[in-house]
Formats: sequence, C-alpha cells, structure tokens
Amino acid sequence: MNVLDSLYVYRRFLGVSIRAQMQYKASFFMQLGGRLIITAGEFMAILVLFDRFDSLIGWNVYQVAFIYGIVNISFAVADALTTGFDLFGDMVKSGDFDRILTRPRSTALQLAGQELTLRRISRLTPGLLALTWATMNLELNWTVANVGLLMVSVAGGASLFAGLIVLQATLAFWTTETLEMMNTMTYGGVETTQYPINIYRPWFRNLFTFGIPLATVSYFPALAIMGVPDPLGTPLWFQYVAPLIGIGFLLMSLQVWRIGVRHYLSTGS
Amino acid sequence: MPQIVVEDLVKRFRISERDAGMWGAVRGLVRRRYQTVTALDGVSFSIEPGELVGYVGPNGAGKSTTVKVMSGILVPDSGRCEILGRVPWRSRNEHVGELGVVFGQRTQLWWDLPVIESFDLLRDIYRIPRGEYIANRDEFISILDIGGLLDVPVRQLSLGQRMRCDLAAALLHSPALLFLDEPTIGMDAVSKLAFREFIKRFNEERGTTVILTTHDMDDIEAICDRVMIISDGKILSDGTLDDLRRQVTLERRLVVDLDGDELPVVHPEAVVSSRNGHRVNIRFDPERVSATELISHVTSHNRVRDIFVENLPIEEVIAQIYRDQRG
Amino acid sequence: MISYWAILSARFRSLLQYRSAALAGLITQVVWGLIRVMIFQAFYRSTNAEQPMSGSDVETYIWLGQAFLAALPWNIDTDLRALIRSGWIGYELVRPVDLYWYWLSRALSWRTAPMLMRAVPLLVFAFVLMGMSPPVSVGAGLAFAVSMCAAIVLSSAITTFLNVTMLWTITGDGITQMTFGLVLIFSGMLVPLPLYPDWSQPIINAMPFRGLVDTPYRLYLGHIPLSEFAGVLAHQLVWILTFVVAGRIAMARALRRVVVQGG
Repeated sequence: MNVLDSLYVYRRFLGVSIRAQMQYKASFFMQLGGRLIITAGEFMAILVLFDRFDSLIGWNVYQVAFIYGIVNISFAVADALTTGFDLFGDMVKSGDFDRILTRPRSTALQLAGQELTLRRISRLTPGLLALTWATMNLELNWTVANVGLLMVSVAGGASLFAGLIVLQATLAFWTTETLEMMNTMTYGGVETTQYPINIYRPWFRNLFTFGIPLATVSYFPALAIMGVPDPLGTPLWFQYVAPLIGIGFLLMSLQVWRIGVRHYLSTGS
Repeated sequence: MPQIVVEDLVKRFRISERDAGMWGAVRGLVRRRYQTVTALDGVSFSIEPGELVGYVGPNGAGKSTTVKVMSGILVPDSGRCEILGRVPWRSRNEHVGELGVVFGQRTQLWWDLPVIESFDLLRDIYRIPRGEYIANRDEFISILDIGGLLDVPVRQLSLGQRMRCDLAAALLHSPALLFLDEPTIGMDAVSKLAFREFIKRFNEERGTTVILTTHDMDDIEAICDRVMIISDGKILSDGTLDDLRRQVTLERRLVVDLDGDELPVVHPEAVVSSRNGHRVNIRFDPERVSATELISHVTSHNRVRDIFVENLPIEEVIAQIYRDQRG
Repeated sequence: MISYWAILSARFRSLLQYRSAALAGLITQVVWGLIRVMIFQAFYRSTNAEQPMSGSDVETYIWLGQAFLAALPWNIDTDLRALIRSGWIGYELVRPVDLYWYWLSRALSWRTAPMLMRAVPLLVFAFVLMGMSPPVSVGAGLAFAVSMCAAIVLSSAITTFLNVTMLWTITGDGITQMTFGLVLIFSGMLVPLPLYPDWSQPIINAMPFRGLVDTPYRLYLGHIPLSEFAGVLAHQLVWILTFVVAGRIAMARALRRVVVQGG
C-alpha cells in the first residue's frame, strides 16, 4: 500500500516534469538532436576503429556492440531517472532542498521525481540500435534464461548507475565541489565498460569489477548470453548472478544517502 | 497545553574563512580556517494553539535557524523542541504533514506549469482526502482571488500573484501550523493588504497557529498578537505589541492641530516636544497624567481643530530594543 | 585587450577558489586519458598491419587532448546567458566598446584560464609517468605552439558564435550540444583523424574542427611535416576569419532585433 502510493506519487512527479519540458519544444528537440550526434559519434568511433583494426584482441565488432548496447541502455535509463540527484548540488546551495525536507515524503523519492530529463534518453537510441544490430549478426540462442538474463542485466546496470549517481549526489552534503569527479565514475564507467574489460590492465579491470562493479552488469552477463567462455575464466553461474550486484549496490547507496540527509540536518550547510 | 515548546535551543555553525585576493585564493587551496558562529544561544518560548506570533530580528540573528529547527530540517546542538508532542527532526514525515511553510523568496510551485497542476500534485504529495482538497482549494481560490491565474504557468505570474498562489498551496492540506518566512518581501501594496487580511481571517476561522518572520513592521502591526524579538541568538523580548512599547518607554504622544498661531497652553505634567506650524506634538507619561485628563485640559485652554493620541511606531520600539541591548 | 587581461585574471581567481574542483578535474582527465590509452593499446595489439599512425604517437595525441581539453568550444558563457535571459543585454549596448570584440575577448579568457590550469600538471604527469614523448624537433614544438594559439582563437570564435546564437534561442543549449558533437567527432578528440577511413580524409580535412585538435597535435608529433605548416595554419586562419565574420553578422542582426523590440 505504502509502496504503491509512493509509486503513484513518483509517476505523478514524472508526468509533471515531462509536461514542463514540453513547454519548450524547440529547445527540447535541439538538445535531443545534439545529444544524438554525440552518442552516435561515440558508437561511430567503435566502428571506425574496427574498420582499421578488424578485431580487438579476439573480440569482433558485433560482440563489442552487444556489450556497448547493454551498458548504454542501462546508463540512459539511470541517467534520465536520476536527474534530480544530478541537480542536487545546486539544490543544496539554493536552499531548494529545504523545501523537499518540508514535504511528507522520502527525500530520495522526491529527488528522483524532481525531473525526468527526456533528452537524456537520447543515449538509448544508439544503445538499442547497437544491441539490435549485434543481435542480428551474432546468431544468439534466445532461450528464456537468456532473455531473462538480458533484462536483469539492464535492470542491474540501471540500478548500479543510479546508485553511483546517488552516491555522488550524497557527497554534496559534505562539499560543494564534486561535480567533475562524478563524471569519472559514471561517464568514465560507461566509456570503460562499453568495451570488454579483459582488454584493460588487471588493476583497472579489477577496479571496475570489485570497486565500482560495472563489469558485473554488462561484461559477465553478456558473455553468458553470447555463449562465449570468459578469457578471464569466470564460471557460468557467476555470469548469471552478477547483475544482481547492481541492485544491491543501489540499495546500499540509498542507505548512504540517508546518512547524508542526517548529516545535513545537523549542519544545515 | 502549548502547541510549540522550545527550551534552551543552542545551535552553532562552523564556517570557513577565505582571504581576499589572488594570493588568498591560492592559500585557500592548501589550508582553510574555520570560525564558529553561535546562531542560537539558549532560545526558549512556548506558543499556544491559534496564536499569531511575529518573530523579528536583524539578519543573522537566528530567526531562520529557529524556523528551520521547528520545521524539522535542522537538528539543534542541544535543547528541546516539541511541536504537537513530536520532536520535528525525529519524525519528519509526520511532523511536516502538519506544517505549511511559505518562503517569501522561493516558490514551492512548479515553475513551468500552470498553477492548478501544482495544486493537484501537492494533493498527492500530502495525501489530502479528495473532499477536503476540493473544499480547501475552492475556498482559497475565491478568497485569494486566484481563479483567473490557475491556468497560467507560474513563471508568468507577478510576485504578488505568485505569493497568493504559494499561500494557497501551503494551506491545501489544512496544516495546524503555518510558518511564513519573509512573505511580503517585494510585494506591491495591494497584494500586501490582501495577504494580511487573508492570514488574519484564516487564523480566526481555522485556529491555525501562525509564525511570521519579517522585516516589515507593518506586517507585524497588522497581523500579530504577539512579538518575539531575537538578536545574537537570544530572545530579547516576548509579549504583545503594547508590552513591547511599555518595555521601551512609558511615554506617549498627543498630536494637536491648533486653530490659531498663539502659543499653546499645556498641562504642567506634559511637554511640547516639537511644533510645526499649527501642529504641536506633546509628550506625556500616562502614569502621571491620563490621556483623557490631558485632552480635556488642552481642549479647554486652546482652540483646537483636531487632536489624537499616537503610539510610538513599532519600528522605533524595536530599534530602541536593539540599541538597549547593545548599549 | 585590457578587458581580456581583466577577465582572465578574474576567471583565474574564481577558478582557484574551488580547490577540490581543480584537483577533481585533473583526476578526471587523467583517468579518462588512461582509459583511452588502454583501449587504443588493445586495438594496436590486435593487428600487425601498418597503420597511418604509430601506437605511441596515438598515446601522445591522447594525452595532448586531455591536457588541452578545456580549450574546446564545449559550452556557452553562462554569465552572458543570465544577462540575456534577464533582458539586461540592452545595457551591454551602452558600453563604449565594440560588443563583438568584447565578447570574443571574454570567450578567449573563458577558454584560456581553465586550460592553463589543467594543461601544466597534466603534461607533467603524462611526461613523467606515462612516457609521453616531447615534440619531435624544436621546429615542431614551435609550430605546435603557434598552431595551438590559433586553435584557442578558433575555439573562442566558435564559442562567441554560439554565444551570439543565444540572442535568438535564449538557452543556446541545443545548438551548443550539436556543435560540440561535431567537434568531438571531427576534431580528433574521439579518434585521431588519420585513423578515419581513407575515403573520408578529404572531407574531414576541409572542415574547421581539425584546427582545434588534430592540426596542432600532429605538428607536435611531426606527423604533419614542417613543410606543410604554412598550409595547415592558413586553414586554421581561414576558419577563424569565417567564424568571426559570421558571428559579427549574426550579432548585428540580433541586436537590430533587440533594439526594435525594445529588448
């Protein structure tokens, strides 16, 4: 009942946000177009490189496109849904967060509902295109388990990115100067994990497996779906359960967020 | 039983200091100095249900810190604060559901949307039952005269129009308490009057407790039964407007417009403080000579066109209280 | 130019206030550079075929890109945007200076200050720890320096053009993002331009964006020989001139509109 009510309010928030954005249609479509060029350019870079180099230590372009698709779809969803957290630093500075605190709803719910930036979904387009294109060329075996795994890994990926963005926003309770570091983890994470992580040096791929576990929601489940044995030697069962780590990460981030709110209440900074 | 009990609240903030100039900025990279500021230094008061309380003080005196503590968005270092039997910051969701807050400078309406959509969304946020929502909404629309604004995006409203809508938005859920933080700042005269009238009326009809922080003493004089004055984190004075005046001075003023140019004959216990053409200002102490006695004395000895007793303007009262505290 | 130094110094001071932002920006770009270097190393490990650019040249190209990233025309002047949104832009017309040159010098300082803050520590890092190579020759180094200055002026001219478009679109976000997309793809920031397919080279080389990144970096690497220096510099200058003229015309038109409509 409580959860349903919260979901209802969340949906109402998002409806309001979308209608607000539709008030500036011209600007909206220009921004959408601009973002499409950027994200399409990033995918094009992969195609350009495969055109020159044919393979990426054993991976072909379709396999990379498949992983690219999962990562970018996950990130697009998370990025659009957590805009409110992205803007959070400014809200603390302007005092708008106080307004949120004077409303009888959880702060995380209100922030998530603060804004659904439609243009951020633009990243979804190249993600979906890459995934479809890869799927058509990879001759995948679409068992129920594989379809389910794909969905769980996108959900896990979106949760993980959302968790990262929440964690970064939480830093704003302590400092006003965190914005660029945020991008290292999120955009840097996207950049890193849209390629198979075995191409990186061990310390770096360990960072994205154990530290910020982005590989667990993209690389490992993608291997299981594509039926490719892991050059790093992880077992199949691990590749199936790995995406759940993303959901756990989000739950943990929300706990840290609550600590941040408590800190804010005591300092009022 | 009081609705709000505040006892011995203390709150200190640590703020970082920066040196001026280029070199100072570079040094700030390496090392930062902090300074502790005491925003609340043992603040105590209690407020009964239905009171209309003005809360005044210079900038940085601790007004908004107190309001933040009472709103549950700031935890004090020590002291007690109970509102409707709850500690605001311990049960935030329940507490703020009983609270309406209007920040004068910032709107709680959705900037790009028509006003009515904000109202509808607030209904869902505050879980207001349908019947209550419709009754409140329609009542406020008619009293505040905002029926014509409902379909206008908030960003296109004038400040006065927006504040009226903001006030309605803060009250849709029938809160038991209303906090108004500098509500009339920048408002035009007509809106101010309408605003004050609405607050008075709403308080009378619903018995909602209102706490108003403001720099505009006309707000206080028009609305409040009781005034609390805070300075440097301490409550300097707490009482009715008349109490305040008495605290500063017992003296009152009689203004007399004479009919001719002759020198006025004044009661021995009163003093002519100034004279401007036909108008004469007389100061007197009501303990030594009552206003009625003085008036009858003046009117019987002079040809008087008009006569009235004047209170010391509240601005002067408060300015005097600050001065007394410093001196 | 007096205003340029004043604005540059003010920008520096405001940037220096944000101590951790400076450090965070640096770390971000180091990490970003590392990721890109590792990706390219993996591609180069996958092939034995001769490439238009050596692996180590690509690494140097990437580090230069990180060092001078802030010089790219990636955003608009938020102060100017606030001015335009509030309608105070009318007062700008009262200033006794040519508004276009004033905006261009603003853009120059807006690009130069953050770039200088980052470039030095990042280059030191790349030289000491990442084995980045110095310019192939003194001549190449000088050519790089000249061409890099032209790149910053080009970037500022593009930025000013974007700022001018705000007089029409108010937010300026859409056109800025579109432009930045083109900059990323066609300057060499995403993939060094020589690695693009051979058939696309003439088109890419004709576009203005290589003058922001590819031209100075390849002069540094000696990948563009000094004999071609005059030609590539001329390419940069022609595009600077084009954006300045386009910006002036667009500004004159927009201001006429502002005056007619009364802001």
